[in-house]
Amino acid sequence: MTTARTYRDALAFAAAKEMDADPSVFVFGLDVPDHKRIFGSTKGLVEKFGIDRCFGTPLSEDAMTGVAIGAALSGLRPVHVHIRADFLLLGMNQIANVMSSLRYMSGGSLRLPLVIRAIIGRGWGQGAQHSKSLHGVFGHFPGLKVGLPTSPQDAYSMLRAAIRDENPVILLEHRWLYDIEGPVDENHLPLLEGPVVVRPGNALTVACTSWMTIEALKAAEVLAKHGVELEIVDIRTVAPLDETVVADSVAKTGHCIVADYDWLYSGFSAELAARISHRCFGSLRCPIERIGFAQVPCPTTRPLENLFYPSAVHIIRVAERMLGLPMIDLNHETFYSYEERFKGPF
Amino acid sequence: MLTKSEGLQLYRSLLLIRLTEEAIRSHYHLDEMKTPVHLGIGQEAIPVGVCHCLPKNAVTFGTYRNHALYLALTQETDRFFAELFGKETGLGRGKAGSMHLCAPGQGLMATSAVVATTIPLAVGAALAHAYRKESTPVAVFFGDGAMEEGVFWESLNFASLRSLNILFVCEDNGLAIHTGASDRRGFSSAVRSVQGFRCKTASADGSDLSAVIRATERLRAEMAQSKQPGFLHLTYLRFLEHVGINEDFAVGYRDSPSPEERIARDPVARFTAQLLALGCAQGELDEMRTGVEAQVECSLNRARDARLPADEALYEDLLI
Repeated sequence: MTTARTYRDALAFAAAKEMDADPSVFVFGLDVPDHKRIFGSTKGLVEKFGIDRCFGTPLSEDAMTGVAIGAALSGLRPVHVHIRADFLLLGMNQIANVMSSLRYMSGGSLRLPLVIRAIIGRGWGQGAQHSKSLHGVFGHFPGLKVGLPTSPQDAYSMLRAAIRDENPVILLEHRWLYDIEGPVDENHLPLLEGPVVVRPGNALTVACTSWMTIEALKAAEVLAKHGVELEIVDIRTVAPLDETVVADSVAKTGHCIVADYDWLYSGFSAELAARISHRCFGSLRCPIERIGFAQVPCPTTRPLENLFYPSAVHIIRVAERMLGLPMIDLNHETFYSYEERFKGPF
Repeated sequence: MLTKSEGLQLYRSLLLIRLTEEAIRSHYHLDEMKTPVHLGIGQEAIPVGVCHCLPKNAVTFGTYRNHALYLALTQETDRFFAELFGKETGLGRGKAGSMHLCAPGQGLMATSAVVATTIPLAVGAALAHAYRKESTPVAVFFGDGAMEEGVFWESLNFASLRSLNILFVCEDNGLAIHTGASDRRGFSSAVRSVQGFRCKTASADGSDLSAVIRATERLRAEMAQSKQPGFLHLTYLRFLEHVGINEDFAVGYRDSPSPEERIARDPVARFTAQLLALGCAQGELDEMRTGVEAQVECSLNRARDARLPADEALYEDLLI
């Protein structure tokens, strides 16, 4: 059955479905059952499943990450939730030294079916410690799966798939995606999904992560008015990465931009660009371009924050250069800004 | 009070650990065991005593100094030595080595080479048992250095908050690698530091197997009665260097034990005297030693003869 849902509702709906189906699934984390319910994404869970299966924790990200691992080793399926991805760095020893490698070190005798959900903040002065995405960092460690759902359907299907997965999965959810509404087919239950073409085109491939997919779709809409069709690929799962969808697209378009919601240096964009350069060397008509954060900590003040984040405008300008097009007048176009996506304070 | 047959069984366990560690010491120079070893000579009575008091279905977690815990739980040396030799038949197919031994089927869920790292895992296991309303107890072993890590206090806080059935076992040898307690601790007593939490505490001489058993039994009874976690503080002497096979009393960062102290801090010597007082014959103990020596020798040979992992094993056991 397909229903229109917001991203936040899709997350809560997916969790409720899995908790209904499997009594070993529980959801926990700081403030998970409070009145705000993690921006609505855990709404209804404590009422339906009780405080034993949806509970808050002390401010102990390190230990609570270990608790999730210990519970998973003991046959449960924990979903550990964080209101900002930046806080996961307090649990980095558990993520990088234990979660990623325990099964391998045990010669395959241990399993860790657990999910970490964390929200990527942006706008209204989130600043340097409430804005990281970290998917490149987590994806670096073998043994972890890392996903960034973009659409409400992705939020629903990928959370359900992550909970059912026998491996540790980290899902990173952009705060601005929470209000997006879209059709959610509750019977669409694939494995953790990889790259998908979200808008077909023939001129240039834009491979995106998370919010950059929304920016790229906007860029495609603007360029289409001028007869240029971008093909937009949403990567969705950065680890393990299957770049075939991107490679097939680039074989067709001959041009590629990687628009990553992260810093470029040593980041996921470099990994993807390297793989596509290798696989599509003969089809590329110009070097792959990468778009991402400015290489500084995220500034708080609005004018500098505007410069820090990449946008649809960047994608349009880079596409024009790559395709040898004249610069389009963008004065009459409306682009995303946090005033329309997110009114703060958090 | 231990019966004679219980005493003999425990003695065998102590001896198996001691002779296994001695076998590693005497074979290590052959470079067949290419793994950093943190040996448990002096530590033996702690896992033997604590595990003796736990039911068979108990779940334990340990550290990189885990040989004694593994052997106390399993009495098994074939897969143990195979792992140290890096062989396919090892506990982790050669991917674990000495520092990450794990035998979930026999109650050793995980160990770690990073201090304090398995403490919250053990709390998670205890939470899982509470979640399923099972009475399975959990014990986590860690060194005194772990009490300087934040995650110890986070874990203790959560276990106390949730009244979890978990026994925190602090194996206190007064050393963090080469740094003594007085250079590390801003607290005067480990036990008193924990007593501010809703957690029962006990302490004992960890070199004395009988004392370890008495303290563990008493603490477990208090835990059951109060529905609180427990913190067991046990002291022991690390006879060897932090990592490796040698004594290092001569290098100067700690005092050399006197001959009397060497005996007082030797769990095997201490328990042997108690067994003889209990009426065991020296011949009986000697016979047991011969049997254990044969087991260790046989496992060493099997490990040496076992196959190394095939190249394909590199990418196996990562994701399911």
